[in-house]
Amino acid sequence: MAQPAGSEVRRRFRLRVRGTVQGVGFRPFVYRLARKMRLSGYVLNDSAGVLIEIEGLDADDFSKELRTQAPPLARIDAVDLLELAPVGDNRFEILDSLAGRSATRIGADAAICEECQRELNDPGSRFFGYPFVNCTQCGPRFTITCALPYDRAQTSMASFSMCGACAADYDDPENRRFHAEPIACPDCGPRLSHPVAELAARLEGGAIIALKGVGGFHLLCDARNDAAIDLLRLRKARDQKPFAVMVRDIPAARQIAQLTDAEEELLTSAASPIVLVEALAGQLSNRIAPSLRRIGLILAYAPAHFLLFDELARFSPVYPPALVATSANPRGEPLIADNMDAELRLSAVADLIVTHDRDIIMRADDSVMQVIDGAPAFLRRARGFVPEPIDLGEDGPSVIATGADLKNTLCVTRGSEAFLSQHVGGLDNRETIRFQLEAAVHLCSILDVKLEFAACDLHPDFRSVRMAESFGLPVVRVQHHLAHIAAVAAEHRLAGSVLGLALDGYGFGTDGSSWGGEMLAVERHGWRRLGSLMQLPLPGGDRAAREPWRMGVAALQAAGRIDLALSLVPAHCGMAQLTAMFSRGVRPPVTSSLGRLFDAAAAISGTRLVQTYEGQAAMEFEALVRAPRCLPGGYAIKNGVLDFRPLILRLTETGSGAADAADLFHGTLIAGLAAWAAKGATNLGSQQVALSGGCMTNRVLAAGLAQALRQHGLKPYLPRLAPANDGGVALGQAAYARQVIMNKHASALESPTCA
Amino acid sequence: LSHGAGGRAMRQLIEGIFHEAFDNEWLRAGNDQSAFAVSGGRMVMSTDGYVVSPLFFPGGNIGSLAVHGTINDIAMAAARPLYLSASFIIEEGFPLADLKRIADSMGVASREAAVPIITGDTKVVERGKADGVFISTAGVGRVLDGLDLRADAARPRDAVILSGSIGDHGVAVMSNRENLQFDAAIVSDSAPLHTLVAMMAEAGGRHIRLMRDPTRGGLAATLNEVASQSKVGFHIDEEAIPIKPEVAAVCELLGLDPLNVANEGKLVAVAAPEGAEAILAAMRAHPLGREAALIGHVVADDYCFVQMATSFGGRRVVDWLTGEQLPRIC
Ligand SMILES: [Fe+3]
Ligand SMILES: [Mg+2]
Ligand SMILES: [Zn+2]
Ligand SMILES: [Zn+2]
Repeated sequence: MAQPAGSEVRRRFRLRVRGTVQGVGFRPFVYRLARKMRLSGYVLNDSAGVLIEIEGLDADDFSKELRTQAPPLARIDAVDLLELAPVGDNRFEILDSLAGRSATRIGADAAICEECQRELNDPGSRFFGYPFVNCTQCGPRFTITCALPYDRAQTSMASFSMCGACAADYDDPENRRFHAEPIACPDCGPRLSHPVAELAARLEGGAIIALKGVGGFHLLCDARNDAAIDLLRLRKARDQKPFAVMVRDIPAARQIAQLTDAEEELLTSAASPIVLVEALAGQLSNRIAPSLRRIGLILAYAPAHFLLFDELARFSPVYPPALVATSANPRGEPLIADNMDAELRLSAVADLIVTHDRDIIMRADDSVMQVIDGAPAFLRRARGFVPEPIDLGEDGPSVIATGADLKNTLCVTRGSEAFLSQHVGGLDNRETIRFQLEAAVHLCSILDVKLEFAACDLHPDFRSVRMAESFGLPVVRVQHHLAHIAAVAAEHRLAGSVLGLALDGYGFGTDGSSWGGEMLAVERHGWRRLGSLMQLPLPGGDRAAREPWRMGVAALQAAGRIDLALSLVPAHCGMAQLTAMFSRGVRPPVTSSLGRLFDAAAAISGTRLVQTYEGQAAMEFEALVRAPRCLPGGYAIKNGVLDFRPLILRLTETGSGAADAADLFHGTLIAGLAAWAAKGATNLGSQQVALSGGCMTNRVLAAGLAQALRQHGLKPYLPRLAPANDGGVALGQAAYARQVIMNKHASALESPTCA
Repeated sequence: LSHGAGGRAMRQLIEGIFHEAFDNEWLRAGNDQSAFAVSGGRMVMSTDGYVVSPLFFPGGNIGSLAVHGTINDIAMAAARPLYLSASFIIEEGFPLADLKRIADSMGVASREAAVPIITGDTKVVERGKADGVFISTAGVGRVLDGLDLRADAARPRDAVILSGSIGDHGVAVMSNRENLQFDAAIVSDSAPLHTLVAMMAEAGGRHIRLMRDPTRGGLAATLNEVASQSKVGFHIDEEAIPIKPEVAAVCELLGLDPLNVANEGKLVAVAAPEGAEAILAAMRAHPLGREAALIGHVVADDYCFVQMATSFGGRRVVDWLTGEQLPRIC
């Protein structure tokens, strides 16, 4: 330290600490720090976070030490300092928590820490082999907590009374488990329904096991056993959608995938997400991710996972064990987290159902991420991240935004922060709709927030819109693509004019038409649509999204080569009717969607005509890319409209193959979008370009476009804290609605008329 | 057709068309109203406005639709329709020949159903203030003895019966509007349902809780409406719902959900489970109920959801739509 050690004067300060500071070992850390610095005073949890008073000779250094040495799961947003008159106390104490309306929060669930892992494997430890070992640095939080304040009585650990040894650890400020609310040991804590050795033996024998974990049940099977995976696909009625694979650790991961440093860092983070990585050929069953190059990889994160992998390792000393680990959810419904539900609904899928008696209060899927342009990005944000806030930079009214109807998430704002819910799913079935309500109630309860406004989509028939209308709050409707862009602007706290490219599948436009490839100008006091992709016919609405051959025909029609339809897109029962429809002059609705243009290209190039899961055509098309290259003259820009018909025509020239088509398509898209954005940015007089929408989960496109924009002298911003797909829409709705309300644009609030 | 001053002759011409088409003793009496005697019992009255485009479609036109629609609204109360009224808003310039076609088919529809149109009115409005012709019909009927159907009467475990294939009317109108051509002609199912209702009532009247004709918004809207009025849910089975293959093919091509497509000659009945078989049998003996099917049942559900077991397995919530069918997939 720069100043002379040992000040002469005793001073006293009161520190008010805000952030994720409860339930993460913060008070014992303060206690140890104060004792080390020979300071007196106290620390306590209260409604605003942590309150500290310290007194002593080095009291003025305390605040800095607090910030630099805080425990890993803590997140300090602010420390307010107030100097008091010294009172001459001589001890430092941890005082009981004060109740009251809370402005603090629950932490996210964290993967088992190294210390706990060591104890798990230490025959001398009382936690040896215990599948529920945890401490203040790791373990469940969000998924086991009902409400604030975070203490054991508010968690599903309330029903387990601590044994003497656990109680002693819990009460000892010097212990890593001081006030670790889920503390438990084999003597007093939850138990697994089956011995881990049995699980391992069954998996080795090709069985499918439902294992209750942190945020819900996983379905597990051997990732090298084709028959087991085929059976799982059959029982789940899941044809081709890729499965995630779990391995024990990084050395195991390196044997089945080619990992970058950024990917390894993400895999080993406390949040422990599924990460999409390049698979090494021949290491796993080819049934895991058909027609894709990348697989979703996740490392063991719960103590039970480690015990299981260590048992499995006994069977195959050569290959590190690898398991398919997929959320246990019946078709389209949220994952199952309840024991009774599991018995009822998984018995037809799993050969063995393994439960435990620590209830999951709030379910959360594994998060799914990938590294794009050198940094992590979400495909699905859930366990490990929820309920970590996204800082909006300024205080505002409390808004609840209900998101979009697919990949639904909710967002609640409190003060200057936005809290995005975990992935909820597609709101087309009762269970998911119920889960949405459950997630909303839980989020409000752990935030202890009083809602003032609701925000939602413009779509007249979205379930999420009806939910927003049901709160009895004033409703702000935010156009879908505006929400996509506003989410990016919010997380990067972009000030001034922002050019937004929403590269997406579908959103209800302000004119009622289908939008999906939009250039927007978003400013503090409003927004405009500056341009869009050239519209294509959308024959059959959502059917066209499921059946890319329809978009193939539509694009050929738009490019004036409908005559090629029958030869290019091999006979499909509806093909003749659809082409006949076009030739009779029938005009289906149109769409400016980039997602549907992807579908068209995938169909015309012969990659995929009918999808078995959402996004399959675009994902498989992306997987074919070797080196994107731009087709000269492959696009045209006129009056703000970006037209890729020349590219479509080029793709009809067969011969060079689907991989070549994928290279050309991606390369031309990148060049065309960048040139288009550059024009828009010049007109708007801004260099900030926010990129979002479902197409920005295409890594080739997102990274390529970001680089191309930089070459144009622009500053691209990608979604980093929320998904680029519809999982991020709620954040944008909330952020934009707040802005509308704060701008007092009353006109944007509800004023019903006859439609 | 012109509106305004030169009106008298024109008005007589128009009224002549209707009088001739609807011809009956009440209209011949030439009063501004028509008197009729009623027997004791409960009466029902219903009114509806008809605005369709196109006005003529395979299997009918706005006129036959207006007659059938009001007859059916009365019949759904388990009532025998007795008399109708009809009122016309006609756009200036509308061809008299078309008006005559409409009037004639109304006359035919009313005679076939044996429900006379006994009073009416016509107005001609400036060009652009209407779209061809709008028709408003009202009707009165007498409730069959001992029956009292109510929208809030559905109870868990009740049977849900559908009288025949769905989507015919909406698809017929749409293919006509969009100039679509298909191998098989698709015609509207527009038809009066009161005689079918009479047979159902005879076979199992006391078991019938309520009836609805799934017109605008289709089966989805009707079931959702009943669900929220009765504060129950529905479980229906996609595979049990009759649909003509050609209608299914058009829906597939256009990406329409047939559950949201309008019908004009179908009814849905909710009945106590013990009466379902007798009612179904009686329906199948009637030409308009030959394809009648048990499509599901009522469940307790505080969300009042209509859920459908799909042919892929799984259950989806069937929603009612505020307007046209829009995409949802992003
Ligand atoms: Fe979207
Ligand atoms: Mg009606
Ligand atoms: Zn730990
Ligand atoms: Zn214990």
